[in-house]
Amino acid sequence: MDAGPADRASPEARGCGYTVDGPHSRRGDGSEPTFLGTPPVPGQRPEDLLVQVARGNQDAFAALYEHIAGPVLGIVRSVLRDPAQSEEVAQEVLVEVWRTAARFRPDKGGALAWVLTIAHRRAVDRVRSAQAATDREHKAALLDQTPAYDEVSEAVDHRLEREHVRRCLQALTRTQRESVVLAYYRGLTYREVAELLAVPLGTVKARMRDGLIRMRDCLGVTA
Amino acid sequence: MSGADLHMLAGAYALGALEADERAAFEEHLADCEACAVEVAEFQATSARLAQAVAETPPTAMKQQVLRRVAEVRQEPPHVELPAPRVPSAPARARRGARFALAASLAAAVALGGVAAWQYSRAQDAHQQAQQAQAETAQIAAVLSAPDAHAVVGAVGGAGQGGHATVVTSHSENKAVFLTPGLPELPSGKTYQLWFNDAGVMRPAGLVAPGASDQTILLKGPLAQAEGMGITVEPVGGSLHPTTAPIALMPFPAA
Repeated sequence: MDAGPADRASPEARGCGYTVDGPHSRRGDGSEPTFLGTPPVPGQRPEDLLVQVARGNQDAFAALYEHIAGPVLGIVRSVLRDPAQSEEVAQEVLVEVWRTAARFRPDKGGALAWVLTIAHRRAVDRVRSAQAATDREHKAALLDQTPAYDEVSEAVDHRLEREHVRRCLQALTRTQRESVVLAYYRGLTYREVAELLAVPLGTVKARMRDGLIRMRDCLGVTA
Repeated sequence: MSGADLHMLAGAYALGALEADERAAFEEHLADCEACAVEVAEFQATSARLAQAVAETPPTAMKQQVLRRVAEVRQEPPHVELPAPRVPSAPARARRGARFALAASLAAAVALGGVAAWQYSRAQDAHQQAQQAQAETAQIAAVLSAPDAHAVVGAVGGAGQGGHATVVTSHSENKAVFLTPGLPELPSGKTYQLWFNDAGVMRPAGLVAPGASDQTILLKGPLAQAEGMGITVEPVGGSLHPTTAPIALMPFPAA
């Protein structure tokens, strides 16, 4: 079900100039991984705001909220599905950002990546703890490949970004795309993904990594 | 799990697809693997884009609710490592096998890693500086934890000034690290400069940042056959050769 060798990048390949130079690749154009259509104001980049938040600046937090609340709610909702529970978890995540802002290390990556890693982790924690009690429901439902971005209202600000990500996802091989979508948008572990797709664990690990390499290059992401 | 196996988990990690125990193992690996850290940072930035693509406009009431909660939640203080225990001021003497003290110094050195980048800061931009600091921190850690690490403690400056310093050498790492809880303050226009003593010839080994108290400095250049190190007071910017008598000379243990 997979494409050939192009689907597999060894860990070393990256250092040897391996890139997926697809039609949408725009790596290195310096695009900001923030909302398109919102030009960054000096001193108002999420990274700068988060550093100020760490010093207890509530105004900076209110400004940061505008950058992060939408994506936080979006990814939490994508994983949890239930709207009320999603809003509750999103609020907890935003308060956690305030509380733990001093842990943010600007040299280790961007503010949005830091915040959204927390958001995804909290959503997944919630799902997995709920699932520890009841067995996982219908796996068939999880096989529904419709990514969550088809189901949410399209705010103008996010439409271009959404289109861009969608195009890049479509450029992945099927297993890469399913692995990435099931893990990130549905909150499954790679073991669950392997079981669901009936492929070996090692294959899923590799596809997740290859898929992210292609997405990274297609989206022009730099850390 | 081997390093290569762990490395393959970078994708699953950035997608939040690891179980808690694997996540912890991977994060441990991440701390020692610079290549992985770069890849993971890029992958996490990529996942962040996936999240932005499903961004939803939150209910307007949510902002007020969050801001109200935030006003009542105490923030975690910044994480600060405690400085290394003060070494007693004493005549220069070799201390062998002071593993415990070295481990404590290691913690302090990691916390103070940024300090070591000072001497490069003028020439390099912030990004390079951060990388430099990381590389130096790693090198400092390597020296302090080397199996052949030796520490020498020496008094610095005249009696009553109370400065002291420790120098840790490792021949396997071919480097030396200078640690001091603080040197006597200097008049403006002056700086402390460190030297390797190559059989009586002083080889420049870097400057000490002014003002800062706790200092952990990776000496510039290889340890090589240096017999010891010295500290002199020099004009700001340093000198090619010592222009004043050393305020301290610390012999290294033989290789």
